[in-house]
Amino acid sequence: MDKFLQLTLTGLTSGAVYALVALGFVLIYKSSDVINFAQGEFLLIGAYLAYFFLGQLGVHWSIGVILTIIVAAAMGVIIERLVLRPLIGEPIISVIMVTIGLASLLKAIVGGIWGTNPQVFPAFIPKNEVHIFNAVVTTDKLWAIVIALAFLVIFTLFFRYNKEGVAMRAVADDQQAALSVGISVQKIFAWAWSIAAITAAVAGIIVANVLEVSPNLSGVGLRVFPVVILGGLDSIPGALVGAAIIGLLEAYAGGYVGDGSLAQVISYIVLVIILMIRPYGLFGKEIIERV
Amino acid sequence: MESGIFHSTYQKDMALRHTPIEKARLALIILFLLVFPFFADNYWLNLANTIGVVAIGAIGLNILTGFTGQISLGQGAFMAVGAYVAALMSIHWGAPMWLTIPAGAISTALIGAIFGIPSLRLKGLYLAIATLAAQEIIIWVITHWDAVTGGVDALNTKNYLWFGGANHYFSEFQFYWIILALAALTTMATVNIFRTRVGRAFIAIRDQDIAAEVMGIDLFKYKMLAFATSSFFVGLTGALIAHWRQIVTWERFTIEVSIFYLAVIIIGGLGSVSGSIYGAIFMVLLPAILNNIGKALSGVIPSMDILIPFVQQAVFGLVIILFLIFEPEGIAKMWKNIRDYFRLWPFSY
Repeated sequence: MDKFLQLTLTGLTSGAVYALVALGFVLIYKSSDVINFAQGEFLLIGAYLAYFFLGQLGVHWSIGVILTIIVAAAMGVIIERLVLRPLIGEPIISVIMVTIGLASLLKAIVGGIWGTNPQVFPAFIPKNEVHIFNAVVTTDKLWAIVIALAFLVIFTLFFRYNKEGVAMRAVADDQQAALSVGISVQKIFAWAWSIAAITAAVAGIIVANVLEVSPNLSGVGLRVFPVVILGGLDSIPGALVGAAIIGLLEAYAGGYVGDGSLAQVISYIVLVIILMIRPYGLFGKEIIERV
Repeated sequence: MESGIFHSTYQKDMALRHTPIEKARLALIILFLLVFPFFADNYWLNLANTIGVVAIGAIGLNILTGFTGQISLGQGAFMAVGAYVAALMSIHWGAPMWLTIPAGAISTALIGAIFGIPSLRLKGLYLAIATLAAQEIIIWVITHWDAVTGGVDALNTKNYLWFGGANHYFSEFQFYWIILALAALTTMATVNIFRTRVGRAFIAIRDQDIAAEVMGIDLFKYKMLAFATSSFFVGLTGALIAHWRQIVTWERFTIEVSIFYLAVIIIGGLGSVSGSIYGAIFMVLLPAILNNIGKALSGVIPSMDILIPFVQQAVFGLVIILFLIFEPEGIAKMWKNIRDYFRLWPFSY
């Protein structure tokens, strides 16, 4: 029972990081039908920017986090403007490949500037041990869960009450109809990319805080595909539920099955099964295709 | 002075080469390929062999992605299947190369067809993600099925000419001819597939699969067939690499390899056999050239040695982005534009 509780906590914390990265995916997909293979690299950039401001420049963490978020948002807007906008209306493979190319470019830039050796991150979220029954968890991991939940609430409110949020939903539903009621689709795309970059950067800061800063962080980008497919590519609550399920599955598979190596691949097996049964995920919208 | 190519019979329309210049160019290319190895040193032979191997794999992927429109991120894993089958057959059974290479290709075709089954329900983005899952699952199986694949350890492929023979050493020069022959066969086979009913069905599926089904194309059969044909050549690449490099390890078949091959066909030209070859030449030579430039500059800029891999990675990403923005149809289209410009000059419209 203790082991179960411990694994549950571990699963939920990794699920929290997945959720933050998945939110960015869903946001971009919802508004522009683009799947961003560079989301993991956005997280990487966020982590290294935070390391640069906090570790190398030594500014206070609150200023450092704000600066990281500002730079990440600017990066999102610039990437949308320069790379994605020329490809509006191009076939899906072009859009997939351009984000893959982007991923390679961003990773190379990070590697060129900061090298490939892991760096120690000046952790600013305290790592005190908390005992929940007999399981032990550090506070920074609990914060990860809290922040993921906070983002969910913020985004849900944003899409319901904020003018830009409502406009984003309109664009997602029908771009031409949105244009005809005076919504700037281009502005909405810029919004979507900057918010996606911000959520990824926040996820990057949290991961950097829990682990360390290294180029391997971008691997999270690929691990999040099962999450968004499970939850449905266009569903924000789906991203959260999917993240929790995949996080827990990985933790249980790692803890209970054999030598634990199944944890690396269990999410992909689940992914294939879901794709065969419900291709649009648990909460996604079913698309009917016509010739 | 010409204003275009106009066909007056169906035979002429179906011909692979239309003008005398195209025939002369083909003769020149063949001549070059036959003479080249006698003048090249090992460095250039190695590059040429790499180009040949990559070209076979790129043609295989292009059959699936460029011609049939099914995006695959599982190329690396399928190559691994071909490579491991060939390597294990040579190690455990002492099977000769002329048996292991086709066996690697055929077994990859079977595995590819199995992983093609989801393509009936999934398309576009979702299929890409399903093949990504195939990539991760196959590599995981290879690295954890110790009893058969040797797990994460590398395998040393044996190059036998006959059952029970000695491990034969092939020089780069000798392998050049093997790779050239197989690349030429692959090119001819693929070019001709698309002059048959099967090839036209593939293209119809790419353009609009529901409409293709209405026209009487059995989607399940032809999608399976596309996956199998494509995987056959991908497996051929894998098996060739296994015998050429003589070392097989899972690290050579990761998701990066899948992405590399997608980049090759995007840059070369989706849905173009010659484009796959142009793409292979470009993507193999580009890092080599960057490497040489970097080494030349390392005297001027001291930290250049460390930066070379990052420059290569950055240029790789940048080239993909720039091609997609400025010439989504790749080098094949650029080459066609240049050719048309000169042939039709001064009346190029």
